[in-house]
Amino acid sequence: MSDRENELLDVAPGEPHDSLLSESLSYIVGLGLALLLTAVSFWVASTESLWSPGVAVGLVVLAIAQMGVHLVFFLHITTGPDNTNNVLALAFGVLIVFLVMIGTIWIMYHLAANMGPTPEMTNLQMQRG
Amino acid sequence: MTTEAPALGLTHGRSEDTGLGNRGPESKSIVVPYGFWLFVLSDIVLFSALFATYATLSHATDGGPTSNELFDRTLVAVETVALLLSSFVCGLAIIAAKRRNLLWTQIWLFVTGALGFVFLCIELYEFTHMIGEGAGPQRSAFLSAFFTLVGCHGAHVTAGLLWIGTMMAQLWSKRFDPPHMMRRLMCLSIFWHALDIIWVAIFTLVYLIGTL
Repeated sequence: MSDRENELLDVAPGEPHDSLLSESLSYIVGLGLALLLTAVSFWVASTESLWSPGVAVGLVVLAIAQMGVHLVFFLHITTGPDNTNNVLALAFGVLIVFLVMIGTIWIMYHLAANMGPTPEMTNLQMQRG
Repeated sequence: MTTEAPALGLTHGRSEDTGLGNRGPESKSIVVPYGFWLFVLSDIVLFSALFATYATLSHATDGGPTSNELFDRTLVAVETVALLLSSFVCGLAIIAAKRRNLLWTQIWLFVTGALGFVFLCIELYEFTHMIGEGAGPQRSAFLSAFFTLVGCHGAHVTAGLLWIGTMMAQLWSKRFDPPHMMRRLMCLSIFWHALDIIWVAIFTLVYLIGTL
């Protein structure tokens, strides 16, 4: 790469570096891993041979792994010193996402569980009594 | 000043960055995609609220159709592969653009957009099919949450397609001469890759776990 290109293109998220071969290779490896993880996800969801209560958790783990593959091989988020700001912003984003999702699911689950009987249940109790 | 600075955290070969801002603001080619990265992350936070809503309401079907009856895994698999390949080809477009190869940049951008269009068509087919069966967004809380979440992603893909079209037209007329063309391409690729990351969460949480 010429100096002019180097000057124009420092490191930003989504930016590949290095030679044509290694740049393309990063995307090809990423595509292969993502396709593999997708295929495993669909297989895990349809097969009967796995312990069924664990399937949902397994799918979530596979999804998080695939997101990691996309971040590393497509968006080129690395642990290198030139990527510190990108990683910190990502870490903050992930923190908020987890707070919102886990917080909501946790609170709403307990809210529903503590809601007391629904009208249908009340009717049933009255019929029995 | 630069010669005295310690060689801590070398960033770009031509300058030292200790992470303490001792050499002034970064170049625009860093700052603009970084700012766009922040936007994309906040967009993902927005999606997390929609995911949380969907997770809360996914069983509130009001006696209507459930996720098991509505979703077709084969269609979703085709959608997933189309969007994944689209994300991959978008990366190839950036590789070509870095080498100032206009023809291949345009070809890869076109393929990216075409695969995105395939994805969008399948999604619209699914939506019209569901609404035709009486499973529209007004049927139950579950379906309202579903159409909001997946529709919001579809709206992002539509915006991305418009952006790809605009980008191709700009490249056609301006080529790579103005430095902001490369910045815009970088932002476009960040946006497009992020859409695929969100789709991974959607196909897992909504379609696969929804049809277990």
